[in-house]
Amino acid sequence: MSAEGVNTLLPAEFADLEPFAAKWCLATEPERYGTRLASTTEEMQVFYDAVTPRAEAAMAYLSELPYDALPDDALNLLYLLYSMIQASFPAEIWRQPRVPDTGATSFDCFIEPVP
Amino acid sequence: MPRFPKPPEGSWTEHYPGLGTGPVSYEDSISPEYFEREKEAIFKRAWLNVGRVEQLPRMGSYFTKDIKAAHASIVVVRDKAGQVRAFHNMCRHRGNKLVWTDDPKKESQGVCRQFACKYHGWRYDLDGSLTFIQQEGEFFDVDKSQWGLAPVHCDVWAGFIFVNFAHEPKQPLREFLGPMVTDLEGYPFERMTARFGYSTTVGANWKLFMDAFAEFYHAPVLHGNQSPEKYSKAALQAGFEAPHYQIEEPHRLVSTSGVRFWEMGADMIKPMEALTRGGLFGPWDKADLGEMPKGVNPAKCDPWGLDSFQLFPNFVILIWSQGWYLTYHYWPTSHNTHVFEGNVYFLPATNIRDRIAQEMSAVTFKEFALQDANTLEATQMMLETRYVDRFLLNDQEILCRHLHKVVGDWVNDYEGARR
Repeated sequence: MSAEGVNTLLPAEFADLEPFAAKWCLATEPERYGTRLASTTEEMQVFYDAVTPRAEAAMAYLSELPYDALPDDALNLLYLLYSMIQASFPAEIWRQPRVPDTGATSFDCFIEPVP
Repeated sequence: MPRFPKPPEGSWTEHYPGLGTGPVSYEDSISPEYFEREKEAIFKRAWLNVGRVEQLPRMGSYFTKDIKAAHASIVVVRDKAGQVRAFHNMCRHRGNKLVWTDDPKKESQGVCRQFACKYHGWRYDLDGSLTFIQQEGEFFDVDKSQWGLAPVHCDVWAGFIFVNFAHEPKQPLREFLGPMVTDLEGYPFERMTARFGYSTTVGANWKLFMDAFAEFYHAPVLHGNQSPEKYSKAALQAGFEAPHYQIEEPHRLVSTSGVRFWEMGADMIKPMEALTRGGLFGPWDKADLGEMPKGVNPAKCDPWGLDSFQLFPNFVILIWSQGWYLTYHYWPTSHNTHVFEGNVYFLPATNIRDRIAQEMSAVTFKEFALQDANTLEATQMMLETRYVDRFLLNDQEILCRHLHKVVGDWVNDYEGARR
């Protein structure tokens, strides 16, 4: 919640990434991976192009906060970075959402560190 | 000219003369009848890893595990004295599955003070002893001390919980593991509790997936498209050679040489690797785990990438030089299906940059594993046509050769002893 009372997910410093927040600020790997498979490569390229130049600033911002007690907006920023990593594979190498030639295979994440 | 010296016999394979060098058959991977023999000779006889002690953090912590290859369903629990115990997950009254939640076909976990059967309310202490019979007076001279839960042999090594379904295991756990494995004692497994776990059902025999992770000959080809073209070309040109292979029956080990991605030019690595300082080989900034036990990188390879310890029958501990480790489990469910579980373990991150590097490493692991898993159904499908039944293995595939040989040895030894 910003000062103006508008609902935002990310810290004010990262307002430029807010258009991607609702879709990509996801807490778990199954949500992020599922969103990746349900998105187009073009859509993920736009997300990737917007977030990668801001990643260094995001990591620097998050590093200033207590790692064990990140506020919600910072946690969302961290989730956005996790989603950036997911989207980087289609954007950088595959040119499609899924790993090529893995049509018959899944690999379900059932536990992951928090956060 | 090999990049790394081979043993005096000229090859790793000939260094272990029992292996032979001829073509092999995969009949052991396509026959329902052979799978039945494996169940009796291997999965009901060998020590099987079913988890780690961190999954049982306190008194009364339990998890259930269905092990189809041993035709067993067990509950593993930490008792009041802190000891880890395993029992057949069955009420001694009328055989109902004792511990389950919602769906008896699904595994469950939790914490309890005792076990109570959902059917008639019989109760068992965490050490398995029968403590309560509903309307005990209606039974006929029951000595409760004789009707505790049926125990399963259970022992813990380095925090790994093993069970054995034999009436009397042929060897104690430590002896079964042998020095090549027990020399890993001192590796800080217990501190590496940041865990990413993955599971999948694979339409192939369990040994075929073990084979896939037993050799890296495939890596420059199958995984070539994971890297920028310049790196892929160089990797393909170089091919794969391991500096060290080791077999200590019934287990096997491969150590690889390292790749220092962080010293490479930008055209050799992916932008996301540079940004996150992580990738296939793990976080670029090595975790400080202290001094390593002698069992890690036993041949002192330098540079060193990883050790893949392949424990018979279906368990792999893979230790990366960058200070993290993986485990693989291959749980057969039929001759041509199995459930694969892969776990990635790191020291818990204490800052954002370490956590981001871990995330990149775990996500990259999955991208590679998807490629590995997907070749398996294609292989199983064609092997089952049986038009071809002899296949070549090279010296870098020595561990595939060994796995199939040792499976055959266990089946033959067990059946021979019964004749």
